[in-house]
Amino acid sequence: MYQGGVVLVQGRKIFKGKVVGEALVTGEDISFYGGCDPETGEIVEKGHHLEGKSVSGKILVFPTGKGSTVGSYVLYALKKAEKAPLAIVNRTTDPVVAVGCIISEIPAVDQIDISRLETGQRVEVDANNGVVSIVE
Amino acid sequence: MKLELTKEENEMLEGKQGKATRKAMEIITTLGEIYGAEKLIPVSSVQIAGVSYHNLGEAGLEFLSEMAEDGRTRVLTTLNPAGMDMEEWKKHGISEDFALDQQRVVDTFEKMGVITTCTCTPYLIGNLPHYGEHIAWAESSAVCFSNSVIGALTNREGGPSALASALTGRTAEYGLHLPENRIAEVKYEIDTDLTETDDFGLLGHVIGGRTGRMIPYITGIRHATMEQLKSFSASVATYGGVAMFHIEGITPNRTTIPERTEVITREDLNKARATLDDEMAIIDFISVGCPHASIKEIAEIAQMLDGKQVTEGKTVWITTAKPTKDLAIKMGYYDKIERAGAFLVADACCAVAPLEGRFTGLMTDSAKACFYARGKNKFKTEIRTVAECIKEALS
Repeated sequence: MYQGGVVLVQGRKIFKGKVVGEALVTGEDISFYGGCDPETGEIVEKGHHLEGKSVSGKILVFPTGKGSTVGSYVLYALKKAEKAPLAIVNRTTDPVVAVGCIISEIPAVDQIDISRLETGQRVEVDANNGVVSIVE
Repeated sequence: MKLELTKEENEMLEGKQGKATRKAMEIITTLGEIYGAEKLIPVSSVQIAGVSYHNLGEAGLEFLSEMAEDGRTRVLTTLNPAGMDMEEWKKHGISEDFALDQQRVVDTFEKMGVITTCTCTPYLIGNLPHYGEHIAWAESSAVCFSNSVIGALTNREGGPSALASALTGRTAEYGLHLPENRIAEVKYEIDTDLTETDDFGLLGHVIGGRTGRMIPYITGIRHATMEQLKSFSASVATYGGVAMFHIEGITPNRTTIPERTEVITREDLNKARATLDDEMAIIDFISVGCPHASIKEIAEIAQMLDGKQVTEGKTVWITTAKPTKDLAIKMGYYDKIERAGAFLVADACCAVAPLEGRFTGLMTDSAKACFYARGKNKFKTEIRTVAECIKEALS
C-alpha cells in the first residue's frame, strides 16, 4: 500500500492485475458496442457524459455496462490496438464487460463506491486483492 | 469465494488442459462468481452466436483464432447464422472480400470442432436437447424456444460465454438452471384468435414490451404450431429480453400461476402492427425465415411461387438452414422458388447479412426481423402474413 494512500473499499476481483494510472470517471453506463470506437478508444455515443474523450490508458470508472454482447469484442479490439483502458472499476460489472476484460486481460474490480473517485486522480487498482486506492 | 470447483475444473482453470481451456474456464468461473453460483454443472449441448463477420469484425476473429490454437469442443456445438449463404453467396450480391472474411470465421469454428450449421434453429437440424437437460445456448430466440417449448435449461449466453461452455463442457449453475428461477411471474390472457406467424410475432412484441425480463404465463391460446412458437420466441426475446415463457396447455414446464393478470386484445396486436409498419415504406425486399424457415414453411412458399414471377425491382430471400435447403432441393421446392426469381438462402438471414444501403423497405412476417432491419440496416418495414409477403413479391 502506498504511503498516504486512501483505500476506498474492498471490492471484488473480476480480472487480475495491478496498475497505477489516471482515473476517468463517469456516472453513466457505457455500451462498448456502438458506444466506443474500437480503433481509437474514443467514446462516440451521442450525448454521453464522456463523448469525445478517450478511454485509452485510463483507469476507466463507470457504474456498469449496457448493450450488446458484441461489446466484449470491442474491448478485445482496443487491447489489440493498444488503446484499451489500463483498468476498469465498476459499481457492478455486467457480463459483457466482465467477459471483455477476461478475454482482453484488462484488470477489473467491482463492488466499489465509485462516487468517491474523480477524473484526474491517480489511482491504484490492485485487482488481485480487489482493492482500489487513491494514490494522490 | 463461494464457487466450488472439482479437481478437473481446477486443472482447467490452472491451464493444465491448455491455454484456450484456461481462458474458457476463467470466463465461466467469473460469470459464476458475479451471479453467485455455488458450483459448475455439465452441459450437453452448445449453440454459439457471433458468427457474421459483419458483427464480429477483425478483432472478434482474432480472438476466435487464438482460442482455436488449442481449444476443442467437448460437447455437441452448433453455430448461429453467418452473413451469407456459404455456397451461393455470389448470386445474392455479397462481395468477394466479405465472403473471404466470413469463410475465415467459419473455418476457425470448424477447427475447434464446432459443427458449422449456421442456423438460429439448431433444434430443427440435429441439436435437440430433451426436457430437463442443462445446455448453454446463445441466440436469444433459440434460448427462449429451448427453455419454454423444449424444456431444456439455459441462460441467455453471449458469443464468448457459449464458446467457453463448448470448450469446457461446463456452465455455472445460476439463473434459469435453477428451478426456482423458472416460475411464471405475470399472467397474460389472450382475448383474440391468433392464426398466422405474424400474429405470434406481434404477440411477442406486446408481451415483450410489457413484461421486460419477467417470465410470462400465457392463457387463451388453444393451438400453436412449432413455426408459430419459434416466431413468438424470437419476438418476445427481441422486444423484452425474455428468456422463458409458459403457455397453458402447450409448453411442458411446471409453474405456479401468477395472480397478477393482464388481458391482451386484438386492439393491442393492431397497435403493435402499427408501430412496426412504417408509413410510406416502399417495399423492394421481402424476407421470410427469421427464425430460419422450416421445411413445412418452405413447401408452402414453393407452392405459392410455383409458375409465378417475382416483380422486377423486388428481391426475395427465404432464409433457412443448409440441411433444410438440401431437403428442399431434393423435394423440388428450391427449383420452384428460384425459377420464380426468389432466392432460397441457406446459412444467413436478413438480420446479419451485410445489406445496409441495398434496399429501402422490407416486408416480412417476422417482428424480430423488423427490429434489425430498422436498427442496423435503416430499412423501413411492414409486417404481414407469409401469404401477403409472397403476394407483395408478385405484384
